[in-house]
Amino acid sequence: MKRTPALYWKIFISTFTLSAFTFGGGYVIVPLMQKKFVNQYGWIDETEMLDMVAIAQSAPGPIAVNASIIIGYRLGGVLGAMVSMLGTVLPPFVIIAIISFFYQAFRDNYVVATVMRGMQAGVAAVIVDAVIKMAVNVAKEKSVLSYIIMFAAFIVAYFFDVNVVFVILACAAVGIIATVIREKRNKAAKEGGK
Amino acid sequence: MIYLELLWSFFQVGLFSFGGGYAALPLIQTQVVDSGWLSMTEFTDILTISQMTPGPIAINASTFVGMKVAGIGGAAAATLGCVLPSCIIVLLLAYLFYKFHGLSLIQGALSGLRPAVVSLIASAGVGILILALWGGDTLWSFAIEKVDWVAAGIFGVGLFVLRKFKVNPIFIMLGAGVLGLCIYPFLPA
Repeated sequence: MKRTPALYWKIFISTFTLSAFTFGGGYVIVPLMQKKFVNQYGWIDETEMLDMVAIAQSAPGPIAVNASIIIGYRLGGVLGAMVSMLGTVLPPFVIIAIISFFYQAFRDNYVVATVMRGMQAGVAAVIVDAVIKMAVNVAKEKSVLSYIIMFAAFIVAYFFDVNVVFVILACAAVGIIATVIREKRNKAAKEGGK
Repeated sequence: MIYLELLWSFFQVGLFSFGGGYAALPLIQTQVVDSGWLSMTEFTDILTISQMTPGPIAINASTFVGMKVAGIGGAAAATLGCVLPSCIIVLLLAYLFYKFHGLSLIQGALSGLRPAVVSLIASAGVGILILALWGGDTLWSFAIEKVDWVAAGIFGVGLFVLRKFKVNPIFIMLGAGVLGLCIYPFLPA
């Protein structure tokens, strides 16, 4: 991709608008980014997007910020990362800076509350839609191990509230062990065939 | 100097909040309430406001605290501190990832991570869904008679439109907010 000012501007505008709509926690930005960068622009493919989210997860800090840094880096190097991070941080920064002057009135406002209640349901729909899409993508690998990881990770993350870092580390270890075993087996099969 | 103090405090929040979202809450509380910058009530207010405004809760909190303590410069210092660890660590990981992602071990690790990421997002999604439909946060507290049917309807319509027409999710969220505004005021409390 050509690193022109136009590209950086596009990265900034994209992350800025996405960030302005990430109500309800960091994961909401994932489906939004997926829609924008995978489906609309075609800059990143579905699998790489999952890899990026995994990397964003393995670092400390807000997932939305981390994900935007890595996408920016992928599209436009270190400058791209800075631009997309700025785009992600600015909307909440400006909004909270303004609200901090009259936050009590805002918090107790009935109209704001009804809009938020509706939006919560909308956010849930967006996430469920994204999860279906990503699960279908993983299922395409037709690997039993992937199904097991998906199931086990959900159980420990949702019901047992296990820290995400441990889930990430454990699943990466399982993936590495499975690869080592497979490669050993392939090697043995090749040597046996000679 | 107050700016440096804010920067350092939120640098620690950014550095140690693994797992995102609410994992950062106890850290923020330690830095902000225990240091006397905010009262516990103000801290709870931030949580409420974070629910109502876009953006990561850690960014919301750092901006809010910075504004309260030292105005717009304080907000900038606190927010910068909060994202600085992410910048350094994620850039390093991204660099390593693109340099070595051809290695079979890295591919192996990623093949284990991809399904896990789907589940982590699913688990966050279920949490938000239950919050939207039941207003509670545990799976065990819900009962069919306590369902917020308006929210359930908005959720159903939203998911259907997303699956069927592949519209931009931003329109679904805006539409859901407008529906909430149009319906909730006319319900008996």
